[in-house]
Amino acid sequence: MTERAVAEGTERPAPNRWQVGRLVERRVETRSAQTLVLEVPDWPGHLPGQHVDLRLTAPDGYQAARSYSIAGPVVDGPAGPRIEVTVQRVPDGEVSPYLIDVFGVGDPVEVRGPLGGWFIWRPEQTAPVQLLGGGSGVVPLMAMIRARRVAGSKVPFRLLYSVRTPADLIYGDELRRRARDDFGLDVAYVYTREAPEGWRGEPHRIGLADVNTHGWPPDLEPLTYVCGPTGFVETVADLLVGLGHPSRRVKTERFGPTG
Amino acid sequence: MGIVSPGFQGRPRSQEPTLPPGQYLTEDFPVLSAGPTPRVSLDTWEFVISVENGTERRWSWQELMALPQETPTVDIHCVTRWSKLGTTWQGVSLDTLLDGVDTGAHYALAHSYGGYTTNVPLDDLRGGRAWVAHTFDGKPLAPEHGGPARLLVPHLYFWKSAKWVRGIRLKTMDQPGFWETAGYHDYGDPWREQRYQGD
Ligand SMILES: Cc1cc2nc3c(=O)[nH]c(=O)nc-3n(C[C@H](O)[C@H](O)[C@H](O)COP(=O)(O)OP(=O)(O)OC[C@H]3O[C@@H](n4cnc5c(N)ncnc54)[C@H](O)[C@@H]3O)c2cc1C
Repeated sequence: MTERAVAEGTERPAPNRWQVGRLVERRVETRSAQTLVLEVPDWPGHLPGQHVDLRLTAPDGYQAARSYSIAGPVVDGPAGPRIEVTVQRVPDGEVSPYLIDVFGVGDPVEVRGPLGGWFIWRPEQTAPVQLLGGGSGVVPLMAMIRARRVAGSKVPFRLLYSVRTPADLIYGDELRRRARDDFGLDVAYVYTREAPEGWRGEPHRIGLADVNTHGWPPDLEPLTYVCGPTGFVETVADLLVGLGHPSRRVKTERFGPTG
Repeated sequence: MGIVSPGFQGRPRSQEPTLPPGQYLTEDFPVLSAGPTPRVSLDTWEFVISVENGTERRWSWQELMALPQETPTVDIHCVTRWSKLGTTWQGVSLDTLLDGVDTGAHYALAHSYGGYTTNVPLDDLRGGRAWVAHTFDGKPLAPEHGGPARLLVPHLYFWKSAKWVRGIRLKTMDQPGFWETAGYHDYGDPWREQRYQGD
């Protein structure tokens, strides 16, 4: 590449580099998902919705890196800032089974971030927010819900969360608590395989009625964030556009190759 | 080499073909985009090259189809680390579209239905290295993969291959596009692992 002239007036994020983080705590969320708390001494801060890349190195020098959404605001630890990610096991995967089964407290991991400057919510934004998550796609949405709480924001939030069964709910207890305590936050669920006692309706994949009932109407001009497996995101984003939400207010993040 | 991760071996990888650094092979065709999939009608579809002096050249769908077609078989590399080898496409070479366009510009900004943009040096769109592709694997390109037509610039990370492409603007100054403004590399060479700003 030759020397390049770059048009002025475009704001560019600062470059960031790999640094070494350490696992300081792990929490079991469901039978297939765990939250990893990483201490990252030079963490520069982040916005809800951003992700990190984690990189593993084998003894022969082979490396594998994957992206994981940051699950909430940074917290202070005794030896520096801590961030959390929530990893869902992909059974034949290369990285996620390692992070869940092998990676131990005290072990190092290379971290790069924060990454991603599009799928983000800024606590100073005032438009109503609708969040639609499928499976581990709830992680960056939870980061927004937690950041809203920390910032004392009163912006109305609605989360619609699609999972297979009640046992697969990530952050289930916290969501119940927040829906009760965080004024202006509504949480609704869609179960695709098995619904809990007392839930109205049969298990089903998310459809027009769900999005219409649990979202905000387009005339309120909400900001919408959709995250999950590709099939989920495609379906939901199409439904939202069909309901009249302008595409540019629907941000999507797709986890993983297929739905 | 990074710090060794205790107990990490990685996937068995004896017969893996040579891939750019940090990439792994997939047989799937993953989908990654920043918003809903735009649906673009062929009746109103057009491809526009605008030159820095303001002149424009346009092609309708029928006009694009009437141009000489090529069927490149290429490897593609996504910045999210998957690579797919030997994919076959059909489309029109940018050499054909740029033929006779009088320009002193060094940069191109591709823009798409739906508002997406990405910047590519104009030289990288020439020399048989870039196409406006409308067919994948013998079938019309699916909307979630950028149909009816996407840019195909396989020697750069795949976010440069703008889906739902609508045209390119030729520019004397480089102007970063959608992901480039969000922290991705301006050029995006997979073999030099130019993922993010500063790589
Ligand atoms: C921006 C971004 C944020 C992400 N955030 C999270 C997060 O917060 N939590 C999280 O658990 N994951 C997240 N992911 C997905 C994550 O990066 C990995 O893809 C996932 O952990 C699988 O990696 P692996 O090495 O275990 O599997 P791989 O070895 O990469 O894949 C093994 C097999 O599983 C398939 N596969 C890969 N990924 C998925 C998937 N996600 N779902 C279904 N099948 C898959 C592959 O096609 C392959 O057949 C995110 C991805 C992106 C791009």
